[in-house]
Amino acid sequence: MKTNGHQIDMNETVISIRNLYKSFGEKHVLQGIDLDLHKGENVVVLGRSGTGKSVLIKIIIGLLKPDAGTVNVLGEEVDQLKDAALRALRLKVGFSFQSSALYDSMTVGENLAFPLKRNNREMTKDQIRKTIDIVLDAIGLPETINQMPSELSGGQKKRIGIGRTLILRPEIMLYDEPTAGLDPITSMELNKLIVAVQERFNTSSIIITHDLTCAKEVGDRIAVMDEGKFIRHGSFEEVFSEKDGLIKSFYDYNFIQ
Amino acid sequence: MNSTNGKSDKPVITAKIDGFFLQFYNIAVFIARFFREAFRPPIEWGEFVRQCYQVGYKSLALVTVTGFITGVVFTEQSRPTLSEFGVTAWLPSLVAIAVVRALAPLIAALICAGKVGSSIGAELGSMKVTEQIDAMEVSAINPFRYLVVTRVIAMTVCLPLLMFYNALIGCLGSYFDVHAHEQTSLVSFFDNAFAQITFLDYTTALTKAILYGFTIGIVSCYQGFNASQGTTGVGKAANVSVIVSMFLIFIEEVIIVHVFNSIR
Repeated sequence: MKTNGHQIDMNETVISIRNLYKSFGEKHVLQGIDLDLHKGENVVVLGRSGTGKSVLIKIIIGLLKPDAGTVNVLGEEVDQLKDAALRALRLKVGFSFQSSALYDSMTVGENLAFPLKRNNREMTKDQIRKTIDIVLDAIGLPETINQMPSELSGGQKKRIGIGRTLILRPEIMLYDEPTAGLDPITSMELNKLIVAVQERFNTSSIIITHDLTCAKEVGDRIAVMDEGKFIRHGSFEEVFSEKDGLIKSFYDYNFIQ
Repeated sequence: MNSTNGKSDKPVITAKIDGFFLQFYNIAVFIARFFREAFRPPIEWGEFVRQCYQVGYKSLALVTVTGFITGVVFTEQSRPTLSEFGVTAWLPSLVAIAVVRALAPLIAALICAGKVGSSIGAELGSMKVTEQIDAMEVSAINPFRYLVVTRVIAMTVCLPLLMFYNALIGCLGSYFDVHAHEQTSLVSFFDNAFAQITFLDYTTALTKAILYGFTIGIVSCYQGFNASQGTTGVGKAANVSVIVSMFLIFIEEVIIVHVFNSIR
């Protein structure tokens, strides 16, 4: 299957989630989530704030443990993995934080070199520098290499955050609210970057967002989440063909025509 | 469905008492993890050296000033009593014993708890609440080894060095005061001062400094690593790091003094 210029292999599932539950005290955040991500696919998880979207991708990367259910990433049951195996899996899964989470005591170049050096100790300084240059070029910010995170704009921070995950050449990308807090033009640039990353690095992605423009631009498939469950699946057009309740309010709020 | 964090479970005694004991358990787990991670390669030498610079070199000025003043003041305060008995010649050894056995380890530790402990608590706390520690985790980096192990070892190595330096400066301060009143030479002062110091005194001081350094490192890293609630949590982590470190240092002081006095 071919969408937006990239190839999706519907026979290969890179993430498979079944019957996932997660609670924090009395608050039941995820209540029976099922989701498949196919190779080369961009799935957008859409929903209001506090519906458990971020919790879902934090469980996928192993930052949180589920109460029940299974999360299979690239053939591995994430919550069953020991530390070393989990770290090996994380090399194949990139995670872009909502806050960018750049190391504020390091320059942009050092932020990018940090995971690379620690996971490829045999790499020479020249090889590291070359890899950094390639990634900075791919995200369109080669001039920021010596800047500190405090000197960057919100959009630049998000791009560098994405670049830092790309430097390890992941097979899967998880984006947590990539356009949150950005102006519409910068958001549009970031949407283009997500699609470009997908095409250039051949990744499969889950994008968490409440931004319909982002969902429409980058998503091959949309899953709408409400109160810890998926209430609708499908392409953007399928999901928004019937505008009832939550779907309508989402649509109206985002002013998409 | 049961929650994983146990918040829905009923307290065994009361929520506050349970929380107090849970905190002890969590610190024990944190210390166990430190020993498990500390001896596993690869060692983060670069970060360790950077932390030694932060803990050691950047505390030198404060340790110098407080050490010098302690020596001068202790000498000034002791002189009237000693001169009543005509034994002001004992001043060098009195000061040296006091400084090496008690004052230098305690002063160096309290300075580090205030200056370095609060800074580690705030730094790691801020990294925690801004998801920088999670960012390390997801980049397949072990943040515990990079952030905690390096800081705790740097504190444990640097505090004994600062302590001996503080003792030396304290004695030097005392010398200047003694020299101003009694015209003693530097060599004669230090001969007198260290004649009474035994190997056990050095061992006691070293044991204290190592233990205090480890305590400050562990407490402040634990507070920072487990910070929550945004910027309020960062302030709390820095504050609690200092308070708990100082409290534990005084408790350890009492225990070590009792143990070594029973050997003496």
